[in-house]
Amino acid sequence: MKKFLLSLLLCASSLGALAAPDAALVRQLAAEDNTDKITAIQQLAQTADPEAIRILQAMAEGSLFLAGDKVFIYDGETARDALSGETAAMPDDAESITVNNRLRGELANALAALKLFNPDSAVRLAAAQELQSNVGAEMAEILGRAKAQESDAQIKALLILAHAQATLQDADPAVRLAAVKALAETASPAVKSLLLPLTDKETEADDGVRNAAVTALKEIERRLAWGETLAGIFSGLSLGSILLLAALGLAITYGVMGIINMAHGELLMVGAYTAYVMQSLFRTHFPDLIDWYLPAAIPVAFFTAAAVGVLMERTVIRWLYGRTLETLLATWGLSLVLIQAARVIFGAQNVEVSNPGWMSGGVELLPNLILPWNRVIIIGFALFVLLLVWLLMNKTRLGMFVRAVTQNRPMAGCVGVPTSRIDTMAFALGAGIAGLGGVALSQISNVGPDMGQGYIVDSFMVVVVGGVGQLAGAVWAALGLGIFSKLLEGWAGAVIAKIAILVAIIIFIQKRPQGIFALKGRFADQ
Amino acid sequence: MSVTASTLPLPAAGRVPLTLRVFAALDRKAWIALGIFLALALVAVPLLHLAVPPESAFHVSTYAITLIGKIMCYALVAVAMDLIWGYGGILSLGHGLFFALGGYAFGMYLMRQIGRDGSYQSDLPDFMVFLDWKELPWFWLGSDSFAWAAFLVVALPAVVAFVFGYFAFRSRIKGVYFSIITQALTYAAMLLFFRNETGFGGNNGFTDFKRVLDVPITAPETRLVLFGLTAIALAATLVFAAWLVKSKFGRVLTAIRDAESRVMFIGYNPLWYKLTIWVISAVLCGIAGALYVPQVGIINPSEMSTANSIEIAIWVAVGGRGTLIGPVIGAFAVNLAKSWFTVSFPEYWLFFLGLLFIVVTLLLPQGLVGLWKRIMNKKQGAAA
Repeated sequence: MKKFLLSLLLCASSLGALAAPDAALVRQLAAEDNTDKITAIQQLAQTADPEAIRILQAMAEGSLFLAGDKVFIYDGETARDALSGETAAMPDDAESITVNNRLRGELANALAALKLFNPDSAVRLAAAQELQSNVGAEMAEILGRAKAQESDAQIKALLILAHAQATLQDADPAVRLAAVKALAETASPAVKSLLLPLTDKETEADDGVRNAAVTALKEIERRLAWGETLAGIFSGLSLGSILLLAALGLAITYGVMGIINMAHGELLMVGAYTAYVMQSLFRTHFPDLIDWYLPAAIPVAFFTAAAVGVLMERTVIRWLYGRTLETLLATWGLSLVLIQAARVIFGAQNVEVSNPGWMSGGVELLPNLILPWNRVIIIGFALFVLLLVWLLMNKTRLGMFVRAVTQNRPMAGCVGVPTSRIDTMAFALGAGIAGLGGVALSQISNVGPDMGQGYIVDSFMVVVVGGVGQLAGAVWAALGLGIFSKLLEGWAGAVIAKIAILVAIIIFIQKRPQGIFALKGRFADQ
Repeated sequence: MSVTASTLPLPAAGRVPLTLRVFAALDRKAWIALGIFLALALVAVPLLHLAVPPESAFHVSTYAITLIGKIMCYALVAVAMDLIWGYGGILSLGHGLFFALGGYAFGMYLMRQIGRDGSYQSDLPDFMVFLDWKELPWFWLGSDSFAWAAFLVVALPAVVAFVFGYFAFRSRIKGVYFSIITQALTYAAMLLFFRNETGFGGNNGFTDFKRVLDVPITAPETRLVLFGLTAIALAATLVFAAWLVKSKFGRVLTAIRDAESRVMFIGYNPLWYKLTIWVISAVLCGIAGALYVPQVGIINPSEMSTANSIEIAIWVAVGGRGTLIGPVIGAFAVNLAKSWFTVSFPEYWLFFLGLLFIVVTLLLPQGLVGLWKRIMNKKQGAAA
């Protein structure tokens, strides 16, 4: 066994010795002229030699020195002869070989190309990914060789692209054609600018190549357009899920119970500040579990906001049932008090709530479509809360009582439903759900005393468009408004999109004053 | 100025000349109160400001004149709000928009009056130079004429209110729905005005005015004239409103507030009644805005914020809605409290305002005027 290993080692070293870098080329690395240096770098890269990697690496790090005609690698302590690799005394007159930015780019590419022959596939993959942009014609040959010997399918695909980029300027039209066809398979904005010159008669003489380039461009644009549309729809879904979280609580308090609660946005704020407090608690008491503060904040936020809701209902709102305009004014007063309370307790500045580690980053679906995890998780969370509310309203005794009280209060009272307690509980439920929404909002927007104000108009719009009295309307309205406004934002900018949406809602209300899903029958007039 | 029964007999409308009917709108006590108010505003205040030396205890400072002038504009808005809310039963959360429209319409004229005295010495307003605009946008056409500005102050809120109100009332949007939609409208307008590209100075709005009708705007005499004009406008509005709510129109309006369906069944179309009072209310707000801007010296989109529009409602509620003196009292009480709080205890002002909203709606549904009446009634009951 030992013998075998030894022989392998010998074999490897002899291979290295066989392909020792050309002394003249290494000397040329220290040439006066940058163009000469670049030629040397490129030619060294062509050799696909591990020794060359060492030398180029040293050059990139600025530890390559020239003394007389010999090139040394000096790492601050020991100097080695660049060609033989043997330790040598550093001559006193050694001068560092200067590397400017242009050279650095060349070196990076050359090193990446050389790494394509590394036995470790992870190294090769990284190198291939590095070679996806700014690949010049001089790399064509080495990329071709690397492509031919590559066995890993993923790396090979990347190499085909890189090779195509490198051969786009080839003198042979057939090679150019092959390159264009290979590039037609991609969907990256960078490739678009590479192909563009090939569609022009002045820069591209061959008809076949030009036509292929035009088709390829169209293909790529189509694919990019897909990515953009999908990105628009995704951010619309994301906005919709946020609107939904903000509006779900309102769908209960206003939609089902008919209480107009202008302090709803402040209940969101209570939830968001709860997340902040939980984060601070975890930071000081359980620093190891800091990533889990968010799941812990969810129930706490629900109950904190619900408690605030109970307080509001018992002290103010319950005396105003049936007088909606007065409720509006009184709850606006409550919202002012809550905002100022937050300012006094936490300061007027926004506080910082950070994403837990498992929520940062994202998943890349297309080159121009990345879905951030926090958005994906919030969409999932919105669905979870929606399910929770639906189950609560339709499958529990409390939900049944709430529906009974809204449909016919005296009759519900007659059969023994404690209507006044149900009012409080339903309001607390709506407030608690707003608290959950606040936790989600703390992950994607600023947490400050005024944060709730921005959502109040939007969430009322959701409920108004969705129609009073049920959850389905709120869901469709939230998603619809979210997607519609994000798509509009794409063409018209955020402010104009917002104004257009508001105007559209005002017009929509003209046509369907009861919302998308109008209640029919005897409850329609209430 | 209360709207209790007139001392003059009220003959059938139509046969009596309009002047007499307007005269009959207020009782004698109210006319006397109005006269005292005008005498104070037009004679006493100017004298105390100009003739009395600043060291004297009787001197009325520039600060006081600006503050009172501002609050009188607010009172005018409050009366407008009361017409639509107290008498029409329609709570608008969009009156900040009409106020700001009037302010912006007159502000455009004031901006043009700056002439070349701005920081950039250009014919264009400073913010346009800043945006690198070379000429005035089309909607600034004619903004250098006072008459056109005065026309816009009235026409702009009227047109916006008419179009919006027509569609809203036609589809019988009412109650909280109407409030929320007006709030959304104002919010949308605020976003629009916040944009620099809209052409109204974006964030900063209009400020640094120099002249009005070629007279320096900060001169004491100009201030007093503006102050007097505001007082006259407020008094005229009160007389007009008193006449309006007592007229047949006002009575139908109150009936619509109390039982819209019944009024409809009798044969009235509520749409035109609501629309008329809505437009009148908007125009009054616009006039208030136009008087406000030269006195305060700035107009910016935050005037259209939701909070501002709701605050108008609380002035009316504090004073007592459904009365005409109530909104004036409310506007003065709340805004004087605001001036005092924001100077002495800035952090408690929002607590106070918030509690005011709650306390007034829960405990004082008739406002201060209602409270006063209750106390007087008790006294009379005790005496009898």
